Amino acid sequence: MLKRVLLSLLVASALSTATFAEEPKSGGVINAVIQPEPPGLMVGLVQNGPTQMVAGNIYEGLLRYSPKLEPLPGLAESWSVSEDGKIYTFKLRKGVTWHDNKPFTSADVAFSIDFLKQTHPRARGNLAQLDKVETPDDYTVVFTLKQPFGPFLGIFEVGSLPMIPKHIYEGTDYKTNPANNTPIGTGPFMFKEWQKGSFIRLVKNPNYYIKGLPHLDEIYWHVIPDAAARAVAFETGKVDVLPGGSVENFDVPRLTKLKNVCVTGAGWEFFSPHSWLWLNNRQGPTANKKFRQALMYAIDRNFAKDVIWNGLAKVATGPSASTIKYYTDKVTTYDYDPAKAKALLKEAGYKGEKVRLLPLPYGETWQRWAEAVKQNLQDVGINVEMIATDVPGWNQKVADWDYDIAFTYLYQYGDPALGVGRNYISSQISKGSPFNNVEGYSNPEIDQLFADGATAFPDSKRQDIYLKAQKILTDDVPVAWQLELQFPTITRCTVKNLVTTAIGVNDGFRDAWLDK
Amino acid sequence: MSKFWRTMLRNPGGVIGLTILLLAIAIAIFGPLLFPTSPWRMVQRPFLPPFTVPGLPLGTDALGRDVLAGIIYGARVSLLVGLVSTMAALAVGIPVGALAGYFGGKIGDALMRFTEFFQTVPSFALAIVLVAILQPSIVSIVLAIAIVSWPPVARLVRGEVLSLRTREYVQAAVVTGQSHSWIIWREILPNALSPVIVLASLMVATAILLESSLSFLGLGDPNLMSWGYMVGAGRTVIRQAWWITLFPGIAILLSVLALNLIGEGLNDAFNPRLNKEGR
Repeated sequence: MLKRVLLSLLVASALSTATFAEEPKSGGVINAVIQPEPPGLMVGLVQNGPTQMVAGNIYEGLLRYSPKLEPLPGLAESWSVSEDGKIYTFKLRKGVTWHDNKPFTSADVAFSIDFLKQTHPRARGNLAQLDKVETPDDYTVVFTLKQPFGPFLGIFEVGSLPMIPKHIYEGTDYKTNPANNTPIGTGPFMFKEWQKGSFIRLVKNPNYYIKGLPHLDEIYWHVIPDAAARAVAFETGKVDVLPGGSVENFDVPRLTKLKNVCVTGAGWEFFSPHSWLWLNNRQGPTANKKFRQALMYAIDRNFAKDVIWNGLAKVATGPSASTIKYYTDKVTTYDYDPAKAKALLKEAGYKGEKVRLLPLPYGETWQRWAEAVKQNLQDVGINVEMIATDVPGWNQKVADWDYDIAFTYLYQYGDPALGVGRNYISSQISKGSPFNNVEGYSNPEIDQLFADGATAFPDSKRQDIYLKAQKILTDDVPVAWQLELQFPTITRCTVKNLVTTAIGVNDGFRDAWLDK
Repeated sequence: MSKFWRTMLRNPGGVIGLTILLLAIAIAIFGPLLFPTSPWRMVQRPFLPPFTVPGLPLGTDALGRDVLAGIIYGARVSLLVGLVSTMAALAVGIPVGALAGYFGGKIGDALMRFTEFFQTVPSFALAIVLVAILQPSIVSIVLAIAIVSWPPVARLVRGEVLSLRTREYVQAAVVTGQSHSWIIWREILPNALSPVIVLASLMVATAILLESSLSFLGLGDPNLMSWGYMVGAGRTVIRQAWWITLFPGIAILLSVLALNLIGEGLNDAFNPRLNKEGR
């Protein structure tokens, strides 16, 4: 089964390279699944996963990113950085219009920055080093930073910094603006209609600034609440695209065995979902570093990868996913070794205290995974009690630090300063959020390294800093890293060229075409 | 008593039910001795069909756990939950019903309105809410099942007591100055028990079903392997691996069927006249 998936991945990647040689065909309607139904499509106001996935084809950012996370032209056609790393100059594309035919200019960029600082928590963080935005002319934007900020070129993706139309939002109350229901962007597709609970319909933007794009006429995003029903909808041909995460993992091999079905794990490089177990560093057995290291040896992560994720994952070596900048595997690694785990438990003086394990209540896959980990831990003599929760309960327990071990996965956003540091630096220890330094790890050296890393210049300096940080963290095991997850995108093979960037389906329909 | 057993054993359904139940009890008690490894342990490759690998006659589930071991350990949970929650329901239902029937009047009204309050809420929905609020664990599940299943007991006992308290021997006990509790416990209840026993056997079956349904919905005790959990976990992969769902499903079916047959048999045995007229 595993081989088959890997094989189909290979075939899929071979096919996708082959398609470049083919002449794209115009026209056609694509039916995709969106799960769950997004709360809204105005991506400047809501940033849920499904919102980003649909809205990424309506709105655009200044830059797009290759699977290797190199910046590609988006609404900006070129950019330059000053010698000292403080001034970034973007040249905008000319002839870009909003869906209502008003021109897109540098004034919109400056307005978007202001807008997002108020509404987009992650953008606010990303823009913390921004001193001022200047617009010398309609097609030039100059960002001046307070001090160099290494990841700055990585923050312009459409979900992180979407461009918002100034002429619609200026002077209004952003949250109640009626235009939120009929989003207006610059993207290749325009919002047409949304039958709540049923589908969202996007149509081709005929005035898109790249001639010949998009190829498709329409996209229907179908809302199908049940995972099994989504799989059936794909089998019966009702939908052609299952974006990552829309079916349960154990359905993936069955669906990919069908005729004319292609699967790819690509298209998540920017998010790099990284899973780990929060270990409560404050109290109980998990406060002991030896105990935490024992956990790393006790858990059979290859089993989780092969059996629970059907091979669509990679064993994590440390705090950074391998797709993130400055990743290194030259760190302390932990292979599955129950004997070593037992020895470490003995050294840690563990006497069978009860340890609470909190699974992530995101469906069957995660439940099975928690069961497997529980069994691994029991096998080395750890007394584990599994606590059942629902999503709000999980959020609350983790945010209030009321756990010993808890499953989670978080996005990493391409750069350690954007998506990694927040889970390990002590300034991020604060009750009430399940996404910050929940484990309560506090190490002044790590604090300093991440602080330096964000502002060091040039890149080679950052490299040294993050290598050091990764070494320290993998020794201390503040959390038990599990897998770099891949959310396979499953499509009919007639859907070509869909996943080409680091955010995959989120902005992929621009270049996609249908071979009929 | 021997007459009771003779009637009981003459009923083929009752005998079959009793045999299956005894078998299930034997499995629950002795099975874990034969299968000392935990049913949660991943022993082989996942999704092994039945009868393909020696030692795993019923195959393995999505994580490579032995389905047979799961069924054996699940028997313990299902039977225990069934018995304990029925006991708890009886412990509430019998006193409430007896007091309501014996004293009648305002006390009876109050107790019956209280009972009806529980009866008006759909029992399964109430059980789900209770388990969800209390966090799923074996204790909260037993408690929830007991809470939703005591009202029929109370009503049945009340009806029996109402009719018995007007009998001469009860009147005689009243006249001789016996205390209320003595009369209820020694004079009335022993004579009201046979229909309660029949009901209880059916309640055990219902409780097993309720526990399975809760586990199926993911509200089972995550630390205990139960049949409902196995069905629920196997449901999502039923098209790849039917055996994960089928065998625990059969186990649930058989044990519930057995308890119903026993209930039928008990009913016949307690009402020999009804039985004879019926044939």
